[in-house]
Amino acid sequence: MGLTKKTSISFKVKPGWVSFILLALGSLIIVMPLLWMLSTSLKSMTGVYKFPPGLIPRPIMWQNYIDAWNSANFPRYFLNSTIVAVVVTLGELTTSSLAAFAFARMKFRGSNLLFLMVLGTLMIPKEILLIPNYVILKQLDWLNSYLALTVPFMAGAFGIFILRQHFLTIHQDLEDAAIMDGCSRLRFLLSIVIPNSKPALAAVAVFSFITNWNSYIWPLIVTRDDSLRTIQVGLSAFKDAETSGANTNWALLMAASVTTLVPVIIIYAFAQEWFTEGYITSGIRG
Amino acid sequence: MTEAMIKTPDRLPVVVKGILRRVKELFQILEPYLYLAPAFIIFTVFVFAPLIFSIYLSFTNWDLISKGADFIWFKNYLRLAHNKNFWGAVENTIYFTIGIVPAQIVLALISALLLNTKVKFKSLFRSIYFLPVIVPITVTAIVWLFIFSPSYGILNYLIGLVGLPQPSWLYDPVWALPALMVLAVWTNFGYFTVIFLAGLQSIPGELIEAAEIDGANKWQSFWKITFPLLSPTTFLVLIMSIIGGFQIYQTVVLTTEGGPAGATNVIVYELYRTAFEYFDMGYASAMATLLFFLLFSFTLIQFKVVGSRVHYG
Repeated sequence: MGLTKKTSISFKVKPGWVSFILLALGSLIIVMPLLWMLSTSLKSMTGVYKFPPGLIPRPIMWQNYIDAWNSANFPRYFLNSTIVAVVVTLGELTTSSLAAFAFARMKFRGSNLLFLMVLGTLMIPKEILLIPNYVILKQLDWLNSYLALTVPFMAGAFGIFILRQHFLTIHQDLEDAAIMDGCSRLRFLLSIVIPNSKPALAAVAVFSFITNWNSYIWPLIVTRDDSLRTIQVGLSAFKDAETSGANTNWALLMAASVTTLVPVIIIYAFAQEWFTEGYITSGIRG
Repeated sequence: MTEAMIKTPDRLPVVVKGILRRVKELFQILEPYLYLAPAFIIFTVFVFAPLIFSIYLSFTNWDLISKGADFIWFKNYLRLAHNKNFWGAVENTIYFTIGIVPAQIVLALISALLLNTKVKFKSLFRSIYFLPVIVPITVTAIVWLFIFSPSYGILNYLIGLVGLPQPSWLYDPVWALPALMVLAVWTNFGYFTVIFLAGLQSIPGELIEAAEIDGANKWQSFWKITFPLLSPTTFLVLIMSIIGGFQIYQTVVLTTEGGPAGATNVIVYELYRTAFEYFDMGYASAMATLLFFLLFSFTLIQFKVVGSRVHYG
């Protein structure tokens, strides 16, 4: 009964403006480090160390980006990250779709327990798993290979949850009709359910891609060859190589950083909702 | 009988048909598990088994290189009890957590309250506040390394303008951890903003309106109505923030490597270093096991508060 709109302070125009200004200020403070990164990336060496430092670089050194790209094996690092992210995303989409389908549309013994186990994977801190997984991979002789970078991540709770929620919304009549037409469960999944779940699949794909793109410690410890480095590992190695007190080429480092960040920003710009939901469900923080 | 078997399947002996039917029934029963298998094989091999394995390892003295290892019972834990570095790391971690938790909660709550009003560009703001969460950790580290640079960083420049002393930040044992706190709060408070926002939006608008009609001002309606109703969310944010504080280490790997003089050595960093620089796997596993039980207890509390079904469907 009565008004059911959500909480919002909406009486006068004034409060809206105060909120806006405060939020804008906050946004500026948050974005400032990234803006500073962008600004520095376009400065010349003297511009970086200029006193007082300015926000707008004069001259604008687009060359920095080319130099950064050529300073280390970045093309290879980018390729590796892309391969890993794509492979893991495809793998996760597959395992999650199958598992979600079972949870959503099949009745079987132990389904609650198994679902809790999926939830359990979110409750185990990843740091704890670094050592044993490293050891397991060593025994499998998978260290220093693409297998080590991809296989452990080909299943994830977020995908299963989201796809299950979505699969639950598919009308039972649709499934009954399909079965009456002689369609097997699997064909039902592949030919009907999946094509009708594009947004949910996209959400999982986006989330999986970016979390794998951003992954740092795991690729760091399981790879040794430079040719296997992912972009994050490559960037941190570049940072180590470039940092030398007064001679640090910050502009170059910033250019490399911006390049690493751009794919994430682009995908984020198009798919924030899915991002946010994925990060919050999985409890992943920066 | 031979003749019948060569003819069409309809003529198959009853026995074979019966077996086929049983197989089909078996398949029907197994079918869900087959669908679950791929995901669960990955989970078992790379999540559940490693967990058990880690606990087992903590009772051995394996160093990755030796052929075998001895079962040394609780020796690792005893050794850990006397490890000054480790307890220093515990102290740093607690200090760090105490530093970031109030800041994250307050900033996130204020931002969420502001975002929960009728303000233009709300979703743009929300995206900006969440942005640092998705920035790769390496990029964050490099950006802040530059900002905190004692001689060339913008922060010290600004501080110098005001005439205050300029610390060496990440190179100063006193200021290194606070610098990392700033980094952590910048990165993560947007995450908690979104959580608070969800909590705020579940508070029925009528309550606030009714209060305002009764003459309550903004301050009163916040403290008497909003805040109490928000307490489960606040508690959730508190727990998650604490857990996050204890998990920090990647920024340490990327910036200070535990220094200067152990000032930024945190629990997980000590674990990481013991395992992947000294390869003392058994010992590191003891640290991991302790950390697991600590964090898992917190996580259990967290999940109890959320009510797992609400969030995860």
